[in-house]
Amino acid sequence: MKVMQFDPFIIPFNIGLYFILFYVVARSVIWFRDLSRPDKLRLQRGFFGKAFGASLKEIFLEGLIHRKILKNNLRLGYMHMSLAFGWFLLILFGTIEADIFGSKHLNAPYKAIFFRFFNPEHGRMGFERAYGFLMDLILAFILSGLLLAVIKRFYSKVVGMKKTTHLKAGDKIALISLWLIFPSRLLAESFTSGAYGSGNFLTGTLGSWLASFLPAQQMAYPFWWLYSLSLGTFFVLLPVTRYMHIPTELFLIFMRNSGIRTGHKAGSYSEVQIHACSSCGICIDACQLNFSAGITNIQPAYLLKGLRKNEDVSDITFNCLMCGRCDQKCPVGLELSPIRMIQRRGGEGENYFKNVYKGYLRSRQNGIAEKVNGSPSYDFLPENEPGKVDVLYFAGCMTHLTPSIKNSMIKILESSGVNYSFMDADGGACCGRPLMLAGQDKEARELINYNSQIIWKSGAHTLVTSCPICYKVFRESYYLDVEVLHHTQFIKMLIDEGAVKMRFLRKRVVYHTPCDLGRGSGVYDEPKEVLRHVARLEKTKFEDENSLCCGGSLANLKISSGNKKMIAKDAAGYLTKGQPDILATACPLCKKTFSAVTETKVADISEIVADALMEHTVKKNLSKQLRSIKELANIS
Amino acid sequence: MNKFGFTMTRGRQIDYESNDKSIAEYIYSKEPSFRLCIECGGCSATCTTGNLTSFSLRELHILIKRGENEKVRQAIKKCMLCGKCTLVCPRGVNTRNIVFLAKQAFQIYEGNAV
Repeated sequence: MKVMQFDPFIIPFNIGLYFILFYVVARSVIWFRDLSRPDKLRLQRGFFGKAFGASLKEIFLEGLIHRKILKNNLRLGYMHMSLAFGWFLLILFGTIEADIFGSKHLNAPYKAIFFRFFNPEHGRMGFERAYGFLMDLILAFILSGLLLAVIKRFYSKVVGMKKTTHLKAGDKIALISLWLIFPSRLLAESFTSGAYGSGNFLTGTLGSWLASFLPAQQMAYPFWWLYSLSLGTFFVLLPVTRYMHIPTELFLIFMRNSGIRTGHKAGSYSEVQIHACSSCGICIDACQLNFSAGITNIQPAYLLKGLRKNEDVSDITFNCLMCGRCDQKCPVGLELSPIRMIQRRGGEGENYFKNVYKGYLRSRQNGIAEKVNGSPSYDFLPENEPGKVDVLYFAGCMTHLTPSIKNSMIKILESSGVNYSFMDADGGACCGRPLMLAGQDKEARELINYNSQIIWKSGAHTLVTSCPICYKVFRESYYLDVEVLHHTQFIKMLIDEGAVKMRFLRKRVVYHTPCDLGRGSGVYDEPKEVLRHVARLEKTKFEDENSLCCGGSLANLKISSGNKKMIAKDAAGYLTKGQPDILATACPLCKKTFSAVTETKVADISEIVADALMEHTVKKNLSKQLRSIKELANIS
Repeated sequence: MNKFGFTMTRGRQIDYESNDKSIAEYIYSKEPSFRLCIECGGCSATCTTGNLTSFSLRELHILIKRGENEKVRQAIKKCMLCGKCTLVCPRGVNTRNIVFLAKQAFQIYEGNAV
């Protein structure tokens, strides 16, 4: 039989395929060109080095199998896996099929994709039949995932998701064309098989059944057209839709494994990350603003989508607790909080592209205008001449609002006998992080310089702070030659060294990890060890990386007090489910937020420790005081 | 002359005609809780900057509402955005965002930074 070599219906597919191949290569070149010089070197070294193997492995495990999503949510993972891995297998085995059974080797891509159209008699017996079985199996695998995807779009709870992402018109057309690809392939192959009496368990059975009451020969051709058209449409629309994540993720994995990180400024890597988001919606489910306060338009999936479409995202950008739960959950491993911070630092962006078609040309994150800042005037801050000490205690603004934490820390510091000084006893300057979170780095730098001078003049080797917000900024943005400790770390050290003795409190305690201390700074164990030392620590469902935010975060400038309360109430409810005696935390702001919404006693770890301090240490202090009184008496 | 405890005060009239409400309107639209303020002064009492200077958030609110923008511009330079005022506010006014929005508004409407 004469084998047909060409048919006009393949034209849409060919246009789409060559367009997208050209586009992805051009875009990658632009992204590479926009990298900073050190990052270029990193990528080159990563590509031709050890990272190459790791990247390939990650592409297979995450890009195709979607292991992280599978671990989190089996049904959602299956949906993503069947579409990505299934399609990959279909292309791979289709190409091999065309190569083995086709008229010649090394065929054009369309020969593999439309193999059955050009070889309708193929697959009747023997090895051909076994291979046909495999191809049908892969198609069935994809179709099962597609069915889940279609159901998810209308009823997201099926895949275990509470919310799914809203779509725009362009996305919808691309989504429909994606949905049409595989059913149209199924029908096209079935009709052809039905007409020629070939095909396997899926296409063969369906084909012969359809052929029993429909003119299969005539019906097949329109469906081959539909198959080609939906593929072509999908490829052409891909760059302006979320499906751009498919090629971008490959590039992202290579960049990340080469050691490239987001940094403080918009650049090629943040741009690649923006395009690598698949809008899977896992960040939406993780976000407390969604599940406690019902705010469903500010999550990273929407922020990144807004950035891709050059929309005004200024309100989205600042309406976020920066708790970092989404960073932990993102299956693509995007650095979502740093990307948001870049947006916060930017000024009022003027050059948004209004035209959708320009999305194709958008290659650089040049939407962010440099913010103009006047000169702030914090020169009213008093000159501070601290005495020389070993340990400097910085309470922070929030601790001044919760004086019991401050007093507890003073009690602990006094009884430990260390040579310390209270840096902001009269309410000193802010640490600078609230300004940074508002994107005002230049102003923050002034406060950082002011505080740095005091710390430097004091000659302290250790800086203890009670507030995780201050702790994070002291560690990350101050260039100091001192060891920065959160007070829980400091207390842990005192306990280890035997500087303080405590009795065991017969209390059941749950620990709430503050965002800036836990996910923000990686301090998880010390607070819990201190708590275990003085009380019975019980587990909650929200430990470590999965901990909740109290809702009071200073990072969210836009949230209303009502919504804040809803989040706090929900979080406190989850944490106190086991009816503990005390809800312990390590942050003055968490304490303040929680104590307003729960019946359970809320206490900072320092308060619990101060409560458990053994009396003899206090006695020692008393004698010290007495001695100084005596000395005073002698002098007079 | 017996003044009976009364004194003559200097004229303190506010010229609403020349005052510019654009910044107040911008804040009203973006932060509706601005209307809830009862001018109790809790924010001013807790403010670090307020303790060190004559800066008062309560006064700032009144100045914004009156449209005395030049005074607002001078005052908000001093805010450190630490957020204590928001936490103590008995009416749930997002005071921190009001200062943040005022800074933004100066950039948008007057084209110059604070």
